[in-house]
Amino acid sequence: MSEQTASWYNLYDARPQAEVPAESPLAWSYQHSGRPSVGEKSRVVLRERALAGHLILRGGAIVLDEAVRQVLGVGLPGRPNTLTLDESGERSIQWLSPDEWLVIVPGGEEFALEKRLREALGDAHYAIVNASGGQTLIELSGDKARELLMKSTPYDVHPEAFPVGKGVTTVFAKANLILRRPTEERWELVLRRSFADYLYRWILDAGAEYAIGVEE
Amino acid sequence: MSQSLKQPNRLREGGRIDRARTLSFTFNGKRYQGHAGDTLASALLANGVDIVNRSFKYSRPRGIVAAGAEEPNALVQLGSTEAAQVPNVRATQQALFDGLTAQSTNGWPNVQRDVMSLVGKLGGRFMPPGFYYKTFMAPASMWMTYEKYIRKGAGLGRSPMERDPDSYDHLNQHCDLLVVGAGPAGLAAALTAARGGGRVILCDEQEEMGGSLLDSRELLDHQPAARWAEQVVTELAGLDNVTLLPRTTANGYHDHHFVTLHERCTEHLGETAPTVDGYRPTRSRMHRVRAGQVLLATGAHERPLVYAGNDVPGNLVAGAVSTYIRRYGVVPGEKLVLSVSNDHAYRAALDWDEAGREVVAIVDARRHPDGELVEQARARGIRIIEGSAVIEAKGDKRVSAARVATIDAEAFTVTGQAETLACDTIASSGGYSPVIHLASHTGARPTWNDEILGFVPSLVKGVHAAGSARGLHDLAEGLADGSAAAARALAALGLSAEAITLPQVDARREGTACALYQVPHEKPTLRAPKQFVDLQNDVTAAAIELATREGFESIEHVKRYTAMGFGTDQGKLGNINGMAIAARCLGKSIPEVGTTVFRPNYTPVTFGAIVGRHCRELFDPERYTALHQWHVEHGAEFEDVGQWKRPWYFPRTIDGKKESMDEAVARECLAVREKVGILDASTLGKIDIQGPDAREFLGRIYTNKWAKLAPGRARYGLMCKDDGMLMDDGTTSCLAENHFLMTTTTGGAAGVMEWLELWHQTEWPELDVTFTSVTDHWATMTVTGPEARKLLAEITDIDLDRDSFKFMDWREGRVADVPARVFRISFTGELAYEINVQANYAMHVWKTLFAHGEKYGLTPYGTETMHVLRAEKGFIIAGQDTDGSVTPEDLGMQWAVGYDKPNSWVGKRALSRSDTRRADRKQLVGLRPKDPKVVLEEGAQIVFDPDHAIPMPMVGHVTSSYYSPTLGSGFALAVVKGGQSRMGETVYLPMADGKTHAAEIVGTIFVDPKGERQNV
Amino acid sequence: MFLIYCPYCEEHREEEEFHPKGQAHIARPADPEACSDEQWGDYLFFRDNPRGIHHELWVHAVGCRKFFNITRNTVSYEILETYRMGEQPRFTAEYPEGKPAEAAAARAEEVERQEGVKA
Repeated sequence: MSEQTASWYNLYDARPQAEVPAESPLAWSYQHSGRPSVGEKSRVVLRERALAGHLILRGGAIVLDEAVRQVLGVGLPGRPNTLTLDESGERSIQWLSPDEWLVIVPGGEEFALEKRLREALGDAHYAIVNASGGQTLIELSGDKARELLMKSTPYDVHPEAFPVGKGVTTVFAKANLILRRPTEERWELVLRRSFADYLYRWILDAGAEYAIGVEE
Repeated sequence: MSQSLKQPNRLREGGRIDRARTLSFTFNGKRYQGHAGDTLASALLANGVDIVNRSFKYSRPRGIVAAGAEEPNALVQLGSTEAAQVPNVRATQQALFDGLTAQSTNGWPNVQRDVMSLVGKLGGRFMPPGFYYKTFMAPASMWMTYEKYIRKGAGLGRSPMERDPDSYDHLNQHCDLLVVGAGPAGLAAALTAARGGGRVILCDEQEEMGGSLLDSRELLDHQPAARWAEQVVTELAGLDNVTLLPRTTANGYHDHHFVTLHERCTEHLGETAPTVDGYRPTRSRMHRVRAGQVLLATGAHERPLVYAGNDVPGNLVAGAVSTYIRRYGVVPGEKLVLSVSNDHAYRAALDWDEAGREVVAIVDARRHPDGELVEQARARGIRIIEGSAVIEAKGDKRVSAARVATIDAEAFTVTGQAETLACDTIASSGGYSPVIHLASHTGARPTWNDEILGFVPSLVKGVHAAGSARGLHDLAEGLADGSAAAARALAALGLSAEAITLPQVDARREGTACALYQVPHEKPTLRAPKQFVDLQNDVTAAAIELATREGFESIEHVKRYTAMGFGTDQGKLGNINGMAIAARCLGKSIPEVGTTVFRPNYTPVTFGAIVGRHCRELFDPERYTALHQWHVEHGAEFEDVGQWKRPWYFPRTIDGKKESMDEAVARECLAVREKVGILDASTLGKIDIQGPDAREFLGRIYTNKWAKLAPGRARYGLMCKDDGMLMDDGTTSCLAENHFLMTTTTGGAAGVMEWLELWHQTEWPELDVTFTSVTDHWATMTVTGPEARKLLAEITDIDLDRDSFKFMDWREGRVADVPARVFRISFTGELAYEINVQANYAMHVWKTLFAHGEKYGLTPYGTETMHVLRAEKGFIIAGQDTDGSVTPEDLGMQWAVGYDKPNSWVGKRALSRSDTRRADRKQLVGLRPKDPKVVLEEGAQIVFDPDHAIPMPMVGHVTSSYYSPTLGSGFALAVVKGGQSRMGETVYLPMADGKTHAAEIVGTIFVDPKGERQNV
Repeated sequence: MFLIYCPYCEEHREEEEFHPKGQAHIARPADPEACSDEQWGDYLFFRDNPRGIHHELWVHAVGCRKFFNITRNTVSYEILETYRMGEQPRFTAEYPEGKPAEAAAARAEEVERQEGVKA
């Protein structure tokens, strides 16, 4: 909880301490549209990394870079459309705009991270916004994952145009999402909560011919 | 084998068909056989089917004329079942498959005996160009009636009335070089670019790649040209950097090298896609290609000559004859007369002769033709009639003879006696028109080239044309040109191409062609038998001449007046002949007359491919809140609010009877006014605003004051555009000194976000403030009604005491163990708490509220009830009660306008313009219908004097109107001219059914005018 | 469908990602209260509609959300350049081939970066 009157900003832990059931943005979709099982014929596999911590960082690259290095141990990606991962691959920072980055960390780490970043940033001009409830991350892998993306986004996903370590915000079907490629084999899609069901249904439909499977 | 299944015109050998695979098909109810590798057209010709259609306007019998996309007549309706219907398929482009079922598009009751042909015969004189405009224009109200019959008569194919079982798809493609057309130039180009390592897409509209090489008489590297094509295609197919797309038509060339390709994936396999592994593959697919450079190797269309009776079945273009013989092993007749203006077309006669059928004569418009092909024909003893042309085809349902005469093309006269030659087929060639459709989609005007007697494409930056597509019809030249163009294209991208060794072509000497378009007749054009220019749209030479006489001088006007080159035809065969005729009539040259241009699509594209998978349940995104599942499970009816699905009302089923909407809304309204209700308000836009200048920014963007809003407090604000008109409203809360949470309307969320960024980035970049959308992060639940406090108190640690947590305060705490921000904001006029929690935990909180809520009568309500309750309180909805022409003052909301703020906030200046100061502006008022049972129609127009002569001056309209269960009557909000100073006056609302409602102008607040209920 | 070079993302993106926002370089009067009704009306409602070179404000709505300017030929639809807020165009109606001094300087720096799509 925050010390709301004492400071310039409202630092707020939105995650309950108690054991409270949480639902990912795809909870309804799994129930309503199902999860086709992953089989030998599955040439695309979808896996959700549900309930992760998502923070939006706003501010100047130089200021933020120092704080991020100090707190997360990795540098802020300074080039447009790039993505940095920590050694475990569990934490990532992605360039979204010249003054905006997306940090994704394992669920539960986001509040402590925000707090430490704010401490490290002190009086600098910056902003941090917790977006963990508003989006979810899904992974696509398999040899037809790229073709599925080609059906869905006008962005060029050819390996020459979309090397590992790239990430962009772009059009996907009739919605938007963040598309990134953390490794050679894996694509990540960051979906906004309210569009998640539409996008999930779209991906299942487009993936039907590749016998798409969804990991439990 | 029964008589009907024979293929009388099929050669015993030759062609690229597979005689071992026999396929059955049905055309106009009759069964036939063809072979794998046939098109529907080649199979029909093999079976000796002469009439494939009736013409559009005159209903004349028509046969197959061409062998490709340029075919104007053989448009068929495919499909053996209702769901499989596909209209306007060119038989020349449809691969034959077993079980194919096709119908002629036109012709009623059938193509052989057509009722409408009577109209055509009589109509010869009575249907001049512009006939429809002239005859059916008046009275305008009758057009709908006329149109129905005209369409029935004309027939344009029909759409299926049942659901299409197939699926369609889009694929976004990117490449360095897109090569359109896989003929000699296209193959050489693709190979050159591909070996250089560029990302190459090669598409071709035919079943097989190779284009003219597939029916060429020439040798490449001493082997049949088709063999070379096969080798190149095999090599390209093995390269990772090449995407080969056969059966794929480049249909539209859009901005910045965005080209749409239509791939017919399974249309050669069956009328619906055959199932593979239990999955039905995509039937056809739109490739959306963004290319670095584009190379058009689209070849050329042969121009038929325009002579009398040239539409009788048995008239073909010369090249099509060669194609049918050499590619499909089909000779479309017994006795051929060939009428030409050039050497190249002679191959039709040579092929015909080699097939063992009779060439009656070659009629050459040139005086002394002497090219190699001419000599070959002479050597075979074929009669060549020089300086002459076929001036008229005789016959009704099939050509029976050709009338041939010497002509003077320049003087446009017949100079000798006509000779009648008995024959059943007339092939003609007036030269070759480069296929410039795609190039002209880019907006570049084609230019006339006198050497090749055709228009060649003008090319914008990044577009290249090669081979026949730019008039280089010679094979060796075309191959070299394709390769060179590819190298140029890659160089423009900074990529290198690899020089390829071009195949050796034996040089062949061709004589010069002469210019011949419309062939003169003994009678003047207007009196001669019909000479068709555009067979698909039934446009004759006489029609064009008449159009020019009636004063249509611009070729664009001639085109529109006569319908030449309209519709799916896009002028492929007829356009240049039409322009030549217009030029002759106007006494100008063709380049002086100019050309019309073409529009996408080059050939018809099925709607399925255009739509892709954006249909049915994926037609448009549906946005759901975190509580959607609960709403569904509790029987909510949903309302579309933008892309959101919001619960509209929650009908209950009582004693087996489901409530009506009115019943449900009345129950929900009373529950909120008397007990407690709950609304899922998660769709409200929410923007997190941080920074030392956040407060200053709010003061500039909202009309009211923000300087003193303390942390823990919320305030309602109005946002105007700089013209002073309201654009959005909402409450913004101070989370901390430099930290605010703004809410917007559901529909306005994205627009407001962009609005804030616009002002920040373009006008006030010096302000240190950031905006981040948190709409999806927070779920918002509004608990409202007299019992709201008691209910919430059961599950929260927040002190809800009325003095410590006042109206327009917000507090942090836990609700159902979940961290929550709770706002005392009311949109119902009742005691209300808006509970915000991170959306992942919303369902838990919502369910916990219901677990505790039963004893208080907790009732879920939807948007309809929300609307009634807010309107009873006079709370506006931006976008419903406002329409971009309403100021805060028009709404009576002067209290939310800070005229004395130090800055010139957005909208301020405009509010002092004379127009926004007028006293007779439309102002928001309440309306009480005199008859309490009446619920006025939203949008209904308001007048002061119902007895005023029509047109009555309209003085306003109803913006919101509902039945209020609290008031027991209908009530409305409306904008009325000068309404705020007309309290108590009566206005009238004349309705479409003749009734006129009377209503009294009242204040906008109908319930609890002092606002006591929300302050308890 | 344009292909637009975003000067912030530093690459070409599809038009679907952008929203056009009207004529560029329309500055709000510094002191609106000092404007006559006519001047204010001009600022609000009147825009150029040239045949040829035109400067437009766009936003990379599905992307970095930054506003920037485009110099576009309204006849050929060729995009001559895109440039960030606060910068001035190199190509203008007066200098359709690029302003002389700046053109040379700009050529020296990454041409591709600033050029936008030529089509």
